[in-house]
Amino acid sequence: MRKAWIYGGGFGLLLVVSMIICLSIGSARVPLGEVWGILLHRIPGIGPHLAGEPDPAYAVIVTDVRLPRVILAMLVGASLAVAGAGFQAVLRNPLADPYTLGVASGASAGAAFAILSGMRLAFGMWSIPASAFVMGLLTLLLVYTLAGRSTRKSMETLILAGVIVQAFFGAFVSLMVSMSRGVINEIVFWLMGSVALRGWEYSRLLAPLLLVVLVVLVGYSRQLNLFAMGERHAAHMGANVHRTKLIVLGASTLLTAGAVSVAGTIGFVGLVVPHLIRLLAGPDNRLLIPVTALAGASYVLWADTAARLALANQEIPLGVVTALLGTPFFAYLLLKRKRASGG
Amino acid sequence: MIAGKDLSLRLGEKPVLRQVSLTVEAGCFYGIIGPNGGGKSTLLRLLSGVLAPDSGSVQIEGREATDYPRKELARKLAALPQEGVDAPGFTVREVLLMGRYPYQGWFGTEENDPTPLLEQVMERLALHELADREIDALSGGERQRVALGKTMLQEPRILLLDEPTTFLDIGHQVELMDYIREWQSASAQPLTVVAVLHDLNLAAQYCDRLLLLNQGIAEGEGTPQELLEADRIERVYGTRPLVLPHPVSGVPQLLLSSRHASSTP
Repeated sequence: MRKAWIYGGGFGLLLVVSMIICLSIGSARVPLGEVWGILLHRIPGIGPHLAGEPDPAYAVIVTDVRLPRVILAMLVGASLAVAGAGFQAVLRNPLADPYTLGVASGASAGAAFAILSGMRLAFGMWSIPASAFVMGLLTLLLVYTLAGRSTRKSMETLILAGVIVQAFFGAFVSLMVSMSRGVINEIVFWLMGSVALRGWEYSRLLAPLLLVVLVVLVGYSRQLNLFAMGERHAAHMGANVHRTKLIVLGASTLLTAGAVSVAGTIGFVGLVVPHLIRLLAGPDNRLLIPVTALAGASYVLWADTAARLALANQEIPLGVVTALLGTPFFAYLLLKRKRASGG
Repeated sequence: MIAGKDLSLRLGEKPVLRQVSLTVEAGCFYGIIGPNGGGKSTLLRLLSGVLAPDSGSVQIEGREATDYPRKELARKLAALPQEGVDAPGFTVREVLLMGRYPYQGWFGTEENDPTPLLEQVMERLALHELADREIDALSGGERQRVALGKTMLQEPRILLLDEPTTFLDIGHQVELMDYIREWQSASAQPLTVVAVLHDLNLAAQYCDRLLLLNQGIAEGEGTPQELLEADRIERVYGTRPLVLPHPVSGVPQLLLSSRHASSTP
């Protein structure tokens, strides 16, 4: 219980501080005190009593230009990290994450199809995540079938199946992009992963998904702890193995689809963040999953701030930043596993 | 009490079990023996309710195994698989407390505080100094002890063991079997144990009754004295052992002899 306060509080504080700093820095620098005042002022109801009327020029930069992007980066980060923690727990595979499993690629193929085919115009804003979710689930099913029965030994097989499926869907998306006219730039940028120039509606789409999935996964966290011993142990100890697996895989895929629909493919967040939190706070999913959400939000927020500011006149796609950070980490995990198994 | 009636199962085309029946009375230490591929572990998995038979039924405490909700079944029946526990990163104490899962409500709380029980189990299995160690840092024997402790916290009426001594040296084998025996005699309500055992001598030492399975068929059932005869062993295993009474306990013990050894005394 004390651990929960330490890590929950610590990463919560980190997130708030990160948010204020990231809102402050940029092409026009806003003083930290101003950012704090503007945010307090915006709290509905009591806001005006907590802070005075902010400088309108600063207020526009912070609330209209930067805040939507910062919030979306946080939501995407939390979603991908939580999805990663869910996949890892239920598959007992520390290398699993929305990206390495190919689920993100499948979901992005579904989303790209929805964008290019004009489904969005016909069925509204939920058509993109819905299409991404269906494709994400199908991908997961495909990867699972390809890998065969996933025992502990076949961890690498599962990831290999993910790579195969990912290559296929990557080609499929490229094909769709090359056949379309007009929207290519937008699509390509989206595919590389970005939270730039997205309005509030994207956050409004992702936030409820994150909330629901987070509640579900925390609710199943004790069953997921039993999964750490293997499915047979878990069944003997009273876990409903098939139902838990179905729900957790479905929920993690849903969250992946949501994140991919609003921000494209941002890889390795679900791999890096849960692993670091596991090193710090231990493997107990009751603590791991919520803390992973907080830490994932901070991680992608800083990655996006780096994407925004690293080059003077140009933005780097966010997906590029997370991949540059994530792939060495992935390689390190693979090496560590090889050493542990004496291979 | 646990009973299986006319249990049959095919995996693919191959019949693994054919019309096997058994009844284990409450408080009995029951052994399932037989050659490799005879269907021992499969029978145990059917009894545990995680696998459903093609035909036949399993009764646990007078009720169909398939009628139990998973959590309620886990309060009646615990199982110790062959490979011990492996839960990377979890401490011994955390693993032990996972045994309480079937008694916890939605928020992970229990009506009664499990701490006294936890203390008692750690005392009985000498796990106190390991309590805060991570499970992956333990030796095979220690891990198996933790696995047993976890099933003790589950407070079952029936304990299923699948070759629990496979990866243990003789010292740890006897230690583990003794722990189970002591648990059985110390529990207030009768604890029924059903164990798949590879080692016939160990089975004769600890089991009240034995079931001999060969190629999915029950070849015989009875006390170790009744069942472990040289003729029957030769028929089933294809090697003729020397059967002698144990000098202390009097239970039958098997001595193996090579076909090339000289038969002159």
